[in-house]
Amino acid sequence: MPLGSLRKAMLHTVNKSPFETTALQSCLAHVSKGDAVLLIEDGVFGALKGTVASGDVWSRRVDVSFFVLAPDAAARGLTKDRLIDGIGMIDYGGFVDLVAKYKASQAWL
Amino acid sequence: MTTEPAKAPAAKPAPKAPKKFLYVNRKAPYGTIYALESLEVVLIGAAFDQQVSLAFLDDGVFQLIKGQDTKGIGMKGFANTYRALGDYGVTKLYVENESLNARGLTLQDLQAITFEDEKDGFKEKPSIIPVTRAELAKVMSEQDVILSF
Amino acid sequence: MKFAILVNEGPYTHQASDTAYQFTKAAIEKGHEIYRVFFYHDGVNNGTRLTVPPQDDRNIQKNWSELAAAHKLDLVVCIAAAQRRGILDEGEAKRHGKGEGAANIAPGFRISGLGQLIEMGIESDRLVVFGD
Repeated sequence: MPLGSLRKAMLHTVNKSPFETTALQSCLAHVSKGDAVLLIEDGVFGALKGTVASGDVWSRRVDVSFFVLAPDAAARGLTKDRLIDGIGMIDYGGFVDLVAKYKASQAWL
Repeated sequence: MTTEPAKAPAAKPAPKAPKKFLYVNRKAPYGTIYALESLEVVLIGAAFDQQVSLAFLDDGVFQLIKGQDTKGIGMKGFANTYRALGDYGVTKLYVENESLNARGLTLQDLQAITFEDEKDGFKEKPSIIPVTRAELAKVMSEQDVILSF
Repeated sequence: MKFAILVNEGPYTHQASDTAYQFTKAAIEKGHEIYRVFFYHDGVNNGTRLTVPPQDDRNIQKNWSELAAAHKLDLVVCIAAAQRRGILDEGEAKRHGKGEGAANIAPGFRISGLGQLIEMGIESDRLVVFGD
């Protein structure tokens, strides 16, 4: 979909669990098609399969690219098979690349 | 142990075209310091001639409720500061309708914040711009720098 | 690209400072320039020289001080937030009559105004926020 002249695809970061705060929910309510969402720190729990929050992420995968900061998932004992299928696993270098790729980033704290 | 002060950086390069700065407010006032300290950034930032706007969504809308009386909690109230924003050239305060509705609030619950439009005979105009979630998403997508606190 | 980093939380209590540090290191490794790292709210507490964390875990203040020394980073602690939370350099300690030896700013950090945050937003290509 072509972007409007002023609109730029954005990177959103979410660092809190969807069971603790509404940050992920609010983020997903404000993303635009073509944006990326990176789950970091406790936000990686938003990528777990089979939770009451999984549908929020799963339903937006058509419009929005989802990523998980792999070191944060590993730290919390979340192996890839426990996460929503197809979610991108990246390291800090990948995080840097995402920030460079998207015109602006927004932290949903 | 003596500490070596870090050196200040060299002179700045030539000024750039103004950037769109959006300050995102999603937290209630007083329970945490984010509302107050983000406002302090806005006030300092006003001197830099950028295109500044503020977004109030989620619990951030609570920052604008009128009639805040902080005497009992022993904290200095800062609600008045929002009304000064117009004097600092900060005239766009986006308030999300869905966030208000979810909290049982209407615009009438918020304090009146206005600015004098120097491009229109200094007429007093509202700084609060009610927006839908979709409209706010669009505003966010147009920003160069987004500051969250 | 020029990156500007905003750290809104203090050491240990939140992961923000750790994540910001790992990100900053990775950005440097990829050849990007770090325009400034700005510490706000409780983030100013990353800049105290007085922490004595357990030896078997990372030393967050030292991480930042050493990264700054190795790569000539500009680590800025907001003066207003620092005054509230008790992070002082020699000048501030003297100005506020806090007594001999009160200055506690860590090596590689400097205290400055909020203008430095706005300026880094203006001058950098990307500004990333790490908070709670």
